[in-house]
Amino acid sequence: MKQQIIISGLGGQGALTLTRLLAEAAAALGLEVITSETHGMAQRGGAVISMVKVGPFRGPLIPAGSADLGLFLTDKTLPAHRFYLKPGAAAFVSTAAPGDYFHVDGPGLAARLGLPAVAANLALLGYVAGRAGLFCGAEALEQVLRDKTPERFRDMNLQAFKAGLEVSSGQ
Amino acid sequence: MGNEAIARGIIEAGCTLAASYPGTPASEILPAVAAFAQETGVSIHAEWSVNEKVAYETALANSMAGRRSAVSMKQVGLNVASDPFLRSAYLGVKGGFMIISADDPGPHSSQTEQDSRFFAMFAKVPVLDPSSPREAKDMVGKAFELSEKYELPVMLRPTTRVCHARQTVALSPPEILDRPARFEKNPGRWCATPQYVRELHRQLNDKIARIAMEPDFAPVFTPGDGSFPGVGIIASGVVFAHAWDLLEDLGLGGRVDLYQVTMPYPLNRDFIRRLEAQYQRLLVLEETYPVMELQLKSDKVQGRLTQTIPGEGELTPEVVGRILEKFLGRAETPGAAPPGGGVRPTLCAGCGHRAAFYAIKEAFPGGIFPGDIGCYTLGMNLGAVDTCHCMGAGISQAAGFYHAYAAGGGEIPAIVAAIGDSTFFHAGVPALMNAVMHRARFIMVILDNATTAMTGLQPTPEAGVNAMGQPAQPLYLADLVRACGVKFLRECDPYDIPALMSLLQEAHRYCRTPEGGVAVVIARHPCMLDKKAYERQPVYEMCVTEDCTGCRHCLDEFECPALILNEGTEQVVIDGVRCVGCGVCSHVCPGGAIEARRRE
Ligand code: SF4
Ligand code: SF4
Repeated sequence: MKQQIIISGLGGQGALTLTRLLAEAAAALGLEVITSETHGMAQRGGAVISMVKVGPFRGPLIPAGSADLGLFLTDKTLPAHRFYLKPGAAAFVSTAAPGDYFHVDGPGLAARLGLPAVAANLALLGYVAGRAGLFCGAEALEQVLRDKTPERFRDMNLQAFKAGLEVSSGQ
Repeated sequence: MGNEAIARGIIEAGCTLAASYPGTPASEILPAVAAFAQETGVSIHAEWSVNEKVAYETALANSMAGRRSAVSMKQVGLNVASDPFLRSAYLGVKGGFMIISADDPGPHSSQTEQDSRFFAMFAKVPVLDPSSPREAKDMVGKAFELSEKYELPVMLRPTTRVCHARQTVALSPPEILDRPARFEKNPGRWCATPQYVRELHRQLNDKIARIAMEPDFAPVFTPGDGSFPGVGIIASGVVFAHAWDLLEDLGLGGRVDLYQVTMPYPLNRDFIRRLEAQYQRLLVLEETYPVMELQLKSDKVQGRLTQTIPGEGELTPEVVGRILEKFLGRAETPGAAPPGGGVRPTLCAGCGHRAAFYAIKEAFPGGIFPGDIGCYTLGMNLGAVDTCHCMGAGISQAAGFYHAYAAGGGEIPAIVAAIGDSTFFHAGVPALMNAVMHRARFIMVILDNATTAMTGLQPTPEAGVNAMGQPAQPLYLADLVRACGVKFLRECDPYDIPALMSLLQEAHRYCRTPEGGVAVVIARHPCMLDKKAYERQPVYEMCVTEDCTGCRHCLDEFECPALILNEGTEQVVIDGVRCVGCGVCSHVCPGGAIEARRRE
């Protein structure tokens, strides 16, 4: 099994949390995983990207045009980071605006559930988990969410995750 | 994370003192050392020193007392610590001593993309170059052993990609070394005067020659299957990992001879001989300077010196991929090109620095604004930072600009240097003393957010807590400023822009009086990332009224990420998600179109 995933967003939006959840899920399944993150200057509101490589890789970076899957926490960074995707690979975007990608209205879902804005990311993750193609199933991710999120965010994260999951199964 | 893996290695190796100054990409090492020490019940002195030189010397003394010590910093931090670094190679160490100097090829978050391995070669200190977090952790223990065997400092040089990569690593229980502090006096060594230095240098040369023959640190060989006779690839650090993955992708994994160099300096003697004897064409992949290449001194080698590899910038997989394809005679795969632009970084919504910069710029439209290193370098986007050099440089540059204009005889513009609180402690104090002593006249604004924000909220000396979370002796900015001989000192919260502007005018008048000198204004507002401080500040409901003319003043001059232009109405709207309700923008709109109402 080899899968390369990018997670793109604006600094402070929560890309790191999603990266860690995916990595934990891979490790829990006994898969090799290596990730890379953006820190420092670019975290201050700039476009940031994390990479998750599942399988027998050595390096943490994904070459341009090689990612199997892209998670975009906003459509704003789509132009900047889409070139990492393989031709034809799916981009999943958390936005209300439709386009040439799969989208789920993460911010809208979070607002409707009365959850803070960061919950939109978990809705996106749930949405992606519900569609085939990810190295792990929704149950594995849900388990990691249960095990690894600090208690005060746990319910909120699970709620948002499930909401995203429902959207994808409804499609 | 790579930095956490290194920290874990430090604890497992029985290190008893770790010192650091925060700087991306090395910042997460020290907090993780403190956390692992607490978790495993190990006793260690972990400190955020006031700067890298101090960190280095503090850790060095612990080693001279026979105990294992580590000092971590970013690559430019080693410039600050270069004085003790170079000398300690000659004098050597007792307890294992490891320098972690994290490089930033690219660079992503640094003033230079210098190669610490080159610095190690200059200092004659062995350097290890990990390709992954796992390797970095393993190398820590080896570094301490090597250091003790030869009584020499050893450098570990991770790069950003290793520091910020995550991987599962195996944990071992910490080694408990029963080594009470015991400093043995030896003036010929520890105070070496020039007459002894020559002998110490001879010993150092001898040590390096012997380390170059250490079998444990020889390159790791992955043989090819003979498809490429006489051809070899040599790589170190994370570029080795990229090369490995790329060769796999190209279907060439295990087909061409591949060497991973784990110790790029001193390069293994036998390895150099073997390459010379067995190969016709060699490719050397390393970041960012030609350290191995210079030691190979062979015309069979292609690398940076032959311009096969770009002389600058990060060796990303895209770059390495093209080089490999060319070197191995494969057709080039057309690469997807990254588009230019993107979203540029900016100060956080509600950041006190933005308010301070706005006030400075509005107060002195024709001013010169020397800046410094930190989040506030982003003030550049606002046109309130004209220079950015190295830690503390803004103050000396302000003095230099003053002297330049004063001696030139023309009109002297307002000069306002802005420096963060942490940076002021780090390198600002000597600069301020010097400026005052030489009667420079300028305004220095200390942007005090009570933390080292850019690198992740490490406590500053004012906080009165140490890296372990225990009480420490607080040091106050105001006391230091006065002790430097400054006669004009005022403080205010930059959120109150009109108040700050009038303080700045007052400071300016002081600078121009006959007895005037350096005027200091401390602009104090906690960092927005400090959640506890944020909870204490009043929050406002913001609204933009119909009076907004769409003049863009707030967008261009203030640049809060929560202020956006509604393209349809050509008026500004507030992004409710990003706005933190600081209320500052209400001072910014010239037409008073932004209103703030206190939220209950
Ligand atoms: S809010 Fe005020 S400053 Fe901003 S564009 Fe409108 S009128 Fe100009
Ligand atoms: S109140 Fe104004 S300045 Fe403060 S965060 Fe909101 S929009 Fe930005």
